[in-house]
Amino acid sequence: MEVPILKQGAFLIATFQAALSDADLNQLRMGLVQQVVKFRSRAVIVDVTAMDVMDSFASRTLREIAHMIRLRGAETVIVGIQPEVAFAMVQLGLTLEGVATALDLEEGLAYLNEKFRITNRG
Amino acid sequence: MVFTTKSLTDSHGRLTRRGTICAQEMIFMAKRDGTTTDPELKRTEEPSELLRELVAHLRQNRTQLREEWVVRISETRLLTAMTKEEIFAEATSVYDSYVEALETEAFEALQAYARNLSERIIPRGVETHEVVGIVLLLRDVLARSLFAKYQTDFRKLNRILDAYEPAANRIANTVAVGFVQERERVIRQQQEAIRELSTPVLQVRERLLILPIIGVIDPQRARQLTEQLLRGIRTNRAKVVVIDITGVAAMDVTVANHLVQTVEASRLLGATVIVTGLSPEIAQTLVTIGVDLGKMNTVGDLQGGIEQAERLLGYKVASITEPN
Repeated sequence: MEVPILKQGAFLIATFQAALSDADLNQLRMGLVQQVVKFRSRAVIVDVTAMDVMDSFASRTLREIAHMIRLRGAETVIVGIQPEVAFAMVQLGLTLEGVATALDLEEGLAYLNEKFRITNRG
Repeated sequence: MVFTTKSLTDSHGRLTRRGTICAQEMIFMAKRDGTTTDPELKRTEEPSELLRELVAHLRQNRTQLREEWVVRISETRLLTAMTKEEIFAEATSVYDSYVEALETEAFEALQAYARNLSERIIPRGVETHEVVGIVLLLRDVLARSLFAKYQTDFRKLNRILDAYEPAANRIANTVAVGFVQERERVIRQQQEAIRELSTPVLQVRERLLILPIIGVIDPQRARQLTEQLLRGIRTNRAKVVVIDITGVAAMDVTVANHLVQTVEASRLLGATVIVTGLSPEIAQTLVTIGVDLGKMNTVGDLQGGIEQAERLLGYKVASITEPN
């Protein structure tokens, strides 16, 4: 199942559905990296609320997406990680270091708005 | 034999265990029956008749036997937590339920009574050995009275005992099991209470949670803390969490690792964790396991932690009176 990528102002929002295959994840990665430049987006929000299982491949892909997006000149926020998933990820050593996280989509948007408001002023 | 068939119709929960007891009893009684030599007498007096006779005897001598029992209880210094009057009152009702259980072979009433008794006397510090002790004493007192009554007719005594012993043992069993079950129920209840008490997650300000930890953390409690904290972050939409471990004297490597994992998991939920009140020993442990201090936000005491959290959230605390 393909992951839809929505454009919301200066941000891109990708919402994971439950149970994504590895191919879907690869496709999402390519889609995001291409569109972030195409739309001149400043940030990407990846919403993983629907994922109640996060395997190492999904986790690594998330980190790769974040790093690739940064290389493309934008920022990534991962939102909506479930408590159980968060702890399972940490126990497996998948801590997404260096990637911004937020509780849910609303928080992620608030975080980015705050951040870019400050940068715009400066 | 009547008990065995009866007990199989008991509630489902106890069926299997009772079933095994019954099987043992049946074998036991069959052996006994084999040794009974006189088939003539056996036909004329069924076990149920013997039991009826036995019950009548116990009813007749109720006052005397009960008193004898109470004397034996005080002689052996059981139930020291209770007064003489209380012991006598309990003895009366135990005696009556005992005889009733012998007569009707229905153990439910006795079971309920045992539970009720346990509920009343456990808070007063009555021990398991005392409860089992008094029931066994009653069994002995009654058995002796049977010896005295039938001492001239040894054969009959034998058969009366055949009827009496399994029932008496079952009663002792029922009371003891009832007592222990009640005890276990109380223990479970208390454990539950401790578990709930031990991990409060408190909101002190909008989006700021405090998790004070007091006492020893074992791996199970650590797991529970993490679960509760992560769920608390979710429900309170917390941005900053202060974990205060002033009340924790030491933690082992496993638990320290768990703490670090909790901090990281909280970050994945978008919350910053500040750990306050680390004792020198815990600091040593954390350094030994090589925690990345860039990930761990630590402040000396709880006050400092809350102040730091307020700064992160953009609060500014000011006195409402003008400083002189």
